[in-house]
Amino acid sequence: MKFPIYLDNNSTTPMDPRVLETMIPYFTEHFGNAASRNHPFGWEAEEAVDYAREQVAKLIGADPKEIIFTSGATEGDNLGIKGVYEMYASKGNHIITATTEHKAVLDTCKHIEKSGGEVTYLEVKEDGLIDLAELEAAIKPTTILVSIMYANNEIGVIQPVKEIAAIAKKHGVLFFTDAVQAVGKIPVNVIEDGIDVMAFTAHKMYGPKGIGALYVRRKNPRVKVTAQMDGGGHERGMRSGTLNVPGIVGFGKACELARLEMEDDAIRLSKLRDKLENALMQIEETYVNGNRAHRLPHVANISFKHVEGEGLLMGFNKNIALSSGSACTSASLEPSYVLKALGLGDDLAHSSLRFGLGRFTTEEQIDYTIEQISNTVHKLRDMSPLWEMYKEGVDLSKIEWAHH
Amino acid sequence: MAYSEKVIDHYSNPKNVGTLDKASKSVGTGLVGAPECGDVMRLQIQVDDATGVITDAKFKTFGCGSAIASSSLATEWLKGKTVDQAMAIDNMDLVEELNLPPVKIHCSVLAEDAIKAAINDYRVKNGLEELMFEEKGVH
Repeated sequence: MKFPIYLDNNSTTPMDPRVLETMIPYFTEHFGNAASRNHPFGWEAEEAVDYAREQVAKLIGADPKEIIFTSGATEGDNLGIKGVYEMYASKGNHIITATTEHKAVLDTCKHIEKSGGEVTYLEVKEDGLIDLAELEAAIKPTTILVSIMYANNEIGVIQPVKEIAAIAKKHGVLFFTDAVQAVGKIPVNVIEDGIDVMAFTAHKMYGPKGIGALYVRRKNPRVKVTAQMDGGGHERGMRSGTLNVPGIVGFGKACELARLEMEDDAIRLSKLRDKLENALMQIEETYVNGNRAHRLPHVANISFKHVEGEGLLMGFNKNIALSSGSACTSASLEPSYVLKALGLGDDLAHSSLRFGLGRFTTEEQIDYTIEQISNTVHKLRDMSPLWEMYKEGVDLSKIEWAHH
Repeated sequence: MAYSEKVIDHYSNPKNVGTLDKASKSVGTGLVGAPECGDVMRLQIQVDDATGVITDAKFKTFGCGSAIASSSLATEWLKGKTVDQAMAIDNMDLVEELNLPPVKIHCSVLAEDAIKAAINDYRVKNGLEELMFEEKGVH
């Protein structure tokens, strides 16, 4: 087995070699600017971009004209939300989102609040799903946008996107979704799902970094977003800047591969994920975070009570790459805000690991991971004063801890 | 963030993990930190009543590698020292020995607090007054 093992595919994915292969000629031979209309270099580049735009659109059931290439999902979130906020300012200034959104959405919303907008942050239920009745109740005459992510990056929970879209539509409100973790992993269809604007990115689906897309609906209703950068008016005036042709070509290929292979990948990975999760759940005082039924097939988030996440990672992070909800590495000492939003105590949030399996994960790697994590949890519990107290029957919540 | 070799060594082979009889008059126990903050240390000292020398020290820690290493190193340093000498252990000595980065300084502060809490527990049990320590502002 080759080390280190990569189980952090929610952060980024390795690029599929087949994607790289399609990109290479566009760095050297076919280096043209897709906006150069008067010579073969430009024509070649434009043709490649057109083809990739079709590949991307096809994966999500969109029309190629509805695809706006961006530098990635952070830009997509900014352009989607700020772009709608500015374009529809005459209709209202109220946006509804949720507390478990990615920082690119939450911080964009905070920015909007500072510039005079109003934002409602919906709490989630303890399984990570939003309450649809609460969403509907939050809509008011000034509401212009609902922004709810498709699937969560930390716990993998999939929101009821179709139902959210229907509520938004019923009230004449646009629906934006950050679908970074979902596109290419589970079927996403903008027509069937009723999505108006959607951000996604290549590097989470075995494509290159630095390229993403914003889907902007053109029919029923026709949606427009205000550009956030001034320039040459590329991408139907919504996103200026010379197109990243090799990136776009790679993104297109990654989308095509995802369309053809994601079903098989999902079946295989959900089996491996379940094997991992079921084995780890055999350990005492272990909890799965988030709704297990409405969840991405390749994601698991598990808390190992009375063991601190970063300390746990240290037991095997030379050989296994994983994330933790513990914020011990940050100066703030605040654990994951997503896990806290589920109502998890800080102690359980500090004790969590996030597993993101991917196209290149093997069963052998999962078996090794199960063994390493089990060993380290037991080792650290043997030196955990909390575990000792728990075993002695001490009620830890009754102790007056010296908060520092 | 990469860990220093010394932190890795203490994490992989922690010294003096264990439990002393907290009911014993010659044992001082310090329990500091909070589960919500992501680290809890329990440090215990066994004191020879006649000489005031710490004959044994044990710890258990819930926390990151740096917290485990800080408490492991602290127990090593405590053994053989008198209680008075132990009070002089400064968190910055631990930081220096373990090469802790700035974000991990609080782990060393916690270890120093645990030493002082253990000493005070021992003092109170033996009819001595509790010592007041200056607060370290790095938590």
